[in-house]
Amino acid sequence: MVRYILRRVVTMIPTLILISMLVFIIIELPPGDYFESYVAELQALGEQADLDEIEMLRDRYGFDQPQYVRYVRWVGGMLHGDFGYSFAYRLPVSDVVGDRLWLTFILSFVTIIFTWAVAFPIGIYSATHQYSWGDYGLTFLGLMGVAVPNFMLALIMMYFANVWFGLSIGNLMDSAYVDAPMNWDKVRSILSHIWIPVVIIGMAGTAGMVRRLRANLLDELRKPYVATARAKGLSPGRVLRKYPLRMALNFFIADIGSILPAMISGAEVTAIVLSLETTGPMLIRALQSQDMYLAGSFLMFLAVLTVLGVLVSDIALALLDPRIRLGRGTAK
Amino acid sequence: MSTGRTDRDLLRIEELNVSFSVQGGMIEALRGVSLRVLPGKVTALVGESGSGKSVLGQMVMGLQPVSAKSSGRILFSTPDAAPRDLLAMPRDGRAIRAIRGRHIGMIFQEPMTSFSALHTIGDQVAEALQVHTVKSSAERRAVTEEMLGLVGFDDPARIYRMYPFELSGGMRQRAMIAMALICGPSLLIADEPTTALDVTIQAQILTLLRDLQLRRDMGMLLITHDLGVVANVADEVVVIYRGKIMEAGPVEAIFDNPQHAYLKGLMTAIPHFDMTPGERLRPLRDIPLDRARLHGAITPVARPADANPVLLSVRGLRKTFAVKQEQWALRGKAVVARPAVDDVSFDILRGECLGLVGESGSGKTTVGKILMRGLVPDTGTVTYDDGTGPVDVLRAKGEVLQRLRKRIQMVFQDPVSSLSPRMTVGNILSEPLDIHSIGTPESRRDATAALLEAIGMDRSVRNRYPHSFSGGQRQRIGIARALTLSPGLIICDEPVSALDVSVQAQILNLLKDLQRDLGLTYLFISHNLAVVDYMADRVAVMWAGRIVEIAPREVLMRAPVHPYTRALLAAVPYPDLARPLDFGTVGQSTAEASAAWPQAFQPDTGLTPLDLGSGHHVLANPAADAAELRA
Repeated sequence: MVRYILRRVVTMIPTLILISMLVFIIIELPPGDYFESYVAELQALGEQADLDEIEMLRDRYGFDQPQYVRYVRWVGGMLHGDFGYSFAYRLPVSDVVGDRLWLTFILSFVTIIFTWAVAFPIGIYSATHQYSWGDYGLTFLGLMGVAVPNFMLALIMMYFANVWFGLSIGNLMDSAYVDAPMNWDKVRSILSHIWIPVVIIGMAGTAGMVRRLRANLLDELRKPYVATARAKGLSPGRVLRKYPLRMALNFFIADIGSILPAMISGAEVTAIVLSLETTGPMLIRALQSQDMYLAGSFLMFLAVLTVLGVLVSDIALALLDPRIRLGRGTAK
Repeated sequence: MSTGRTDRDLLRIEELNVSFSVQGGMIEALRGVSLRVLPGKVTALVGESGSGKSVLGQMVMGLQPVSAKSSGRILFSTPDAAPRDLLAMPRDGRAIRAIRGRHIGMIFQEPMTSFSALHTIGDQVAEALQVHTVKSSAERRAVTEEMLGLVGFDDPARIYRMYPFELSGGMRQRAMIAMALICGPSLLIADEPTTALDVTIQAQILTLLRDLQLRRDMGMLLITHDLGVVANVADEVVVIYRGKIMEAGPVEAIFDNPQHAYLKGLMTAIPHFDMTPGERLRPLRDIPLDRARLHGAITPVARPADANPVLLSVRGLRKTFAVKQEQWALRGKAVVARPAVDDVSFDILRGECLGLVGESGSGKTTVGKILMRGLVPDTGTVTYDDGTGPVDVLRAKGEVLQRLRKRIQMVFQDPVSSLSPRMTVGNILSEPLDIHSIGTPESRRDATAALLEAIGMDRSVRNRYPHSFSGGQRQRIGIARALTLSPGLIICDEPVSALDVSVQAQILNLLKDLQRDLGLTYLFISHNLAVVDYMADRVAVMWAGRIVEIAPREVLMRAPVHPYTRALLAAVPYPDLARPLDFGTVGQSTAEASAAWPQAFQPDTGLTPLDLGSGHHVLANPAADAAELRA
């Protein structure tokens, strides 16, 4: 087991190096750099650009150096926590992202919990009451959830919240707290706002998960080992919990690998619509304005999350499933 | 042990009707079925697939699908109470749950899938104790380990911690028996307990079941299609056909004087060792082979007079599978890989049927795959010579290989998974012609139609999909597919082991007729000796990757020399009360028994094939003389 984890961690390193190269190439791909577009923009507005400051920054970040030198500096910086400098915000990347990252984490985490908490009971109900009215109703709702795009749902909810209750449901907190340090009132404000984006962002994921859990569970319920368990005199609930549900868990765990990055990056459009203080909108702005260190850091961050997510789900799967742990398939 | 036994029936089923509503009507699975199981006796319920026999087992336990509608009574007597109607108990309610596992145990057919792969054997076996008794976990563990020891595990503590997929099929079935019997039920329902097992393992499991049944004075409802098993285990027999009881009575009456046409037909459909040469099996529904059509569709194999009589020659075949290392241990364990095929040499003569017999894991399927070029052996040569000059099968490339593929075809064991569910029968049959660019689309259509009619199927089936056919029909389609390219050699890998007895006879006769009419050569791989006895001209017996004995059929069956061949023959249950299994000897596993083999056959003494004359070879110590071997 220890050896397996060690090996998995070691194989992560070349993967991440390869990803960092790709990210670097991608953010370098558009012609020119941030300063050229910045100077051009200032000149178009008829303002005087501070060429000295720009020259200094260019020099400091090695824009006159060949690409591989910049790549090494960029990666080297990231290794000890220096993610570079956001030219658009005129602040180090870590300061720019800081608070938003935590908010994104909180939002994603709550969304995952929400998804699981809702999807699990509904999926189990649907599978054990197949073709009942409840199953049909939930299936209908689920298909709606999958089919309606999140941002659309966000727009609809904003409209009706405003028309019916006169509420503005955007943002993650009241505007008074946006730049304030973290305190109890701010937390309360966040909590009172967060449930709306959680429901909206989690909707499609929940609906999809219900469908998959239902399908998986139905497959498992037909397996002979379920009949075996019933033949021992176990109650239906206990049979369900101990055997098919345990089997169906596997795909939940296999999902972790894709859930983490999807939660960070997938909610951008919704986040813009609801003007949430998360990282999604910031990533899009950074990509638009060629703010390369900010964009690069985001992309690397997503990559690391993906790789970590897959690692976590692989280890968890191996712990849960002896067939993987003992390194043998179902031999005949 | 008959203390406290009363005269009343342990299980009494009265006028049971079960039907399922399906799209477009009702299927009547059971019609007015009545039967009984006496305390401490075995009642065998015999029938083919689709006869409703498994539904009956499920009904007793209340495990039937929700859609089942039923009427009648299922009376079961627990030792301490008056008979109660199981059918009247609410589904999955407390009353029936108190009986399941506690008073009635059940064994299922599929030892592979009837265990959860995620829980240890111990956990699953001990579970019924947890539900039905008040015991501490240490007590439960002790009882479970004792039970595991009782079903024949040497090291119960280790088995307790193991997962099902780490055990072989026979071992799993033992664990399944332990699971069903852990609470000491008075009735055991065994649904095809040995069908998925090899003949030697089957004999072991039957021995175990019989032993436990007698020792615990337990009633048993044995659901099976195998009359050989019935003859050896049952006290009373009930024959079921399409949901109706055809015949019932004590085992002697049933076997000595079968009344019903169905039962008589079933008995003549089973191949047995006393058949006269040339005697044909009589299936319930025979398939006439239409020779004129057959010859129109398939070119018979030309047989040049001066050609080499050996069609396929195999020399020194060896194949070792790499064993995956234990990747979870901190240090990898050294695994000694035993070769799956170890120095195998044999010839197949033109126009003969060579039977290849052995238990699972003996390497017989691996040999078949190597001959089809599905696996690459480590060493060895295979030469195919159909009169046009020898071809090195293992090194053939390009055009030569393409031509060779047409010459060697295969019929598979599982008629369900060997036909693509997404292709029509017509497409399945014409695909080989398509691949080898033989004929035009019209001529291929005509050829497949003629072929189907020749083997007794309507030409309209070309437009249907495999799922709409029964197992026997599917196997016929599989055989037709192997025939389309007019091959010289067909490798039949357990072609009838997934089929019912009556259908098995049908398929065997079809294969025999085809061989005669088309001059085909077969390599017939099977674990069923009676089937091989019916089909083969010569028989090779494989054990642990080696051919231990090869001889003409009648020599091998009447005068076997190798102890493994003798054990195989002894393990076949005959549907004949006069020839019972010797439960004293067949209960041993082959590994145990091999330790007691005479010195001349011990694997570590440098074995070589010895010639005993008239094509009879046996793998033995070269120092041993023939008289010693035959002892």
